[in-house]
Parts: sequence; C-alpha cells; structure tokens
Amino acid sequence: MLGEPTAKQLVEATAGFLEKVAIPQLEGHAAFHARVAANVLAIVARELELGPAAADAEAERLAQLLGGDGPLDAQRRDLCARLTKGEMTLETPGLADHLLATAIDRVRIEQPNYGSFKRL
Amino acid sequence: MSDISDIAHGLDALARRIAGADARPTALRRLSGGASQEIWSFDIETDGGSHGYILRRAPGGVQLGVSAQSIGLNTEAGVINAARKAGAAAPVVTHICDESDGLGAAYVMERLSGETIARKILRDDGFAKARPVLAAQCGAALARIHATPPDTLPELPFSGAIEQLDRYEEVYRSFDTPRPIFDLAFRHLRDRAPRPLAPTLVHGDFRLGNIMVGPEGLVAALDWELAHVGDPTEDLSWICMPSWRFGQMDKPVGGFGELADLLGGYRDAGGDPRIDEAAVRWWTIFGSLKWGTMCLTMFRAFESGADASVERAAIGRRASETELDLMLMLTGKL
Repeated sequence: MLGEPTAKQLVEATAGFLEKVAIPQLEGHAAFHARVAANVLAIVARELELGPAAADAEAERLAQLLGGDGPLDAQRRDLCARLTKGEMTLETPGLADHLLATAIDRVRIEQPNYGSFKRL
Repeated sequence: MSDISDIAHGLDALARRIAGADARPTALRRLSGGASQEIWSFDIETDGGSHGYILRRAPGGVQLGVSAQSIGLNTEAGVINAARKAGAAAPVVTHICDESDGLGAAYVMERLSGETIARKILRDDGFAKARPVLAAQCGAALARIHATPPDTLPELPFSGAIEQLDRYEEVYRSFDTPRPIFDLAFRHLRDRAPRPLAPTLVHGDFRLGNIMVGPEGLVAALDWELAHVGDPTEDLSWICMPSWRFGQMDKPVGGFGELADLLGGYRDAGGDPRIDEAAVRWWTIFGSLKWGTMCLTMFRAFESGADASVERAAIGRRASETELDLMLMLTGKL
C-alpha cells in the first residue's frame, strides 16, 4: 500500500528490529524475553493476515453445523453446550471436520512450527 | 529473586553442617529453569576433596501456600527419600533445611551428572546409545516408583482419573472462554473413564525436561513437586503426551521411544500388567487436555497482573497445540 504502512508491516518492522538489532545486544533473561517478544509479534502479524478469513470460515461452518447464525462467540458457546450435554459427539456428521479445521487454522497462526502441524 | 550473597552466606554454615568443620562451599551458581523453585548448584570442598550439590529452594526462601497440585519442599524431600529407599532412580537428599540454616524452605541433594534438556537428549550424538534403551528404562523406573510402600511416604493428596477430570474441568469452566474441543474432550473422556487401579505413588511430572539422562540412559527422576497418590497409568502416559515429544511426533514415548518398550520395561520390573495401550491412550488424551488447561491457567497469571511478562502472556496461545493434538488423537490420526 502506498502512503501508509499496514498494521502487519508495523508489527513486522518491530519484530525485525528485535531480531536484528536488540536481541544481539541482550543477555540472559532479557535476551530470552526479547526472543519470546519477537515470536509474539510474529503471531500478531500472522493473525492480522490470516485471522479474519479463519474466523469467517469458522462462522460459516458453525452456521451449517448448528443451523443458525449469530456472533461467532455465541455460536461457539452454543456448540460447547451441545458437546457438554452429549447432544453432539464425534459421530455427528461434520463435527470432527469442523473442529479439526478450526484447530489447524489456529495453530497455523499461533504455532506453525509445532510438530503435529508440520506433520499434517 | 534471591541475592547470591545471601545464599553464599547461608551455605557457609550449611557446608560445615553437612561435611564437617573444614568444609567450604564454592562454585555457587543459579541454574536456569524452575519457575516455581530456585535451583542452585554448588560444591563443598574439604581437605578430602570436592563434592557437587544442588540446593532446591522456594523462591526467596518463602514457601507460598502449597497449591492444590504442589506439595511443598519438605514433603517433596520425604517422597524422594521413600522412593529411593524402594529402589527408584531418584536423587540422594543430603539435608532438609530448617530455620537454623537461614535459607528458608529448601533442601540439599547430591548433584548428578547428565542432561535434562529435551532437545539435546533427542538429537545430540552423545545420547545415541541412550535413546534406544530409554523407553524401557523409563518403564522400569516408573515400576519402582509405583512400588514405593505407602507407609513410608509422607501424607500426599489422592488424585485419580475422576478427581483430575473434575478439577481441570472446573478450572476450564471458571475461565468462561469457549473452546469447543475442550468441551468435546472432557465429555468424551468422562464417558470412557478408566476403572480405578490400586492407588500408588505417582511422580506426577515424569517427562523429558524432568528426568536426567546420561550417555547410557536414565540417571534419575527429578522434579517431584507434583507427586501424589493415584493411578500409576498417569505416569506412563504423561511422557507420551504429544507436547512432550518435542517435535518428534512419530515416537510416542517422549519423542524417542515406542510404547511397547515402555510397557515392557514396566512389566518386567514388576509394574501392574493390567496397564495396557488403551489405558495409556485415555491418560495421554487427558494429558493434552490438562496441559491445554494449564496453559490457560498460566496466562491468567498475566491477565490478573500477577506476572506481567510477555512469556506468561504468550503461553495462552499454546493451548491451541493441545486442541490440534486432541482432535488428531480423538480421530485416530495421532
């Protein structure tokens, strides 16, 4: 985009500063926490990029599964309640696929280097 | 955090108490790791030579209220002594500190040599001989821990499958954050809860990171602060939990071994032969659910303002790895 940086670009620039400039000058606990901070910024950058589409897809699947729509949080709570009561189980058509897809989308944002994700 | 000079001062007298009038402490350094405990390494030199020790101490010497899970340092030392007497691979506790030591809640154990860092144990050439035998050794070590006579143990909380399901579900519900995979897993596990076995001592945190490994294999089980009485299957399963495979997902025991070897080593050393792959499976799935809930709990320490570190904030985002593993396990893909 011309003219102004996106939120993703700002976060990436900050992560780059941490990795290339700040961390090499730090030691011990400060270096450890700075590396965690750089990793957190990478999560934020991926969430800005991938989060909206993941949320839309989750809401769409939930609407199909539950037969209604509404805010994502309310849909999730509805699903939680049905799962706790045992009204929906792993045998419910579409349920396992929905939950697996939701988990995959989250890990893609939060921990793309996690072993089970890389093994998919 | 404690000042190293305070510790050094306390150790002057303690070294004499442990090793005699000519003893002096040297080479004191704080070891990393142990968020809930301080761990210090030091040597005691006497005219006869030098010997290595570890001081395990409550942060700042102050034992905070013993939580539902953690048993406190005195009890922990008592459990280690009882397990060791029963033949389990555990450290030698040299001294349990009292008020006259001026070090607060703490105990001293002999320093063992070996490695605890999971990635090194899984990848370094120095452990190439250890890795193929480690699963059977872990099984045998757990059989000995579980055989510790109950009447030699300090008083410990009882926590079996149902008690833990209840506790962690209550914790999850208290967060009021909808994670449908957790709801599915709690219900699924509750519907299939295992029949209780005769309760034994359970280490409670037996996994890479908390066991010391040398070139020939297992040296000792460390970090006994979550010890309790319960179902021995828990210990055989926690080391199989996917998050404790450190990326090596196709090696179900800790990222290095096979379940048949773990269970074989367990049975050969006298462990309960009724514990089979299905029982380990239930507890492994529960382990992921428990770890996911624990990640959310640690994040609460950030949210409440108790620990404002970026690390505590970020751990809240690790719960999703357990959601993925839960779905893969529940659908037979892991």
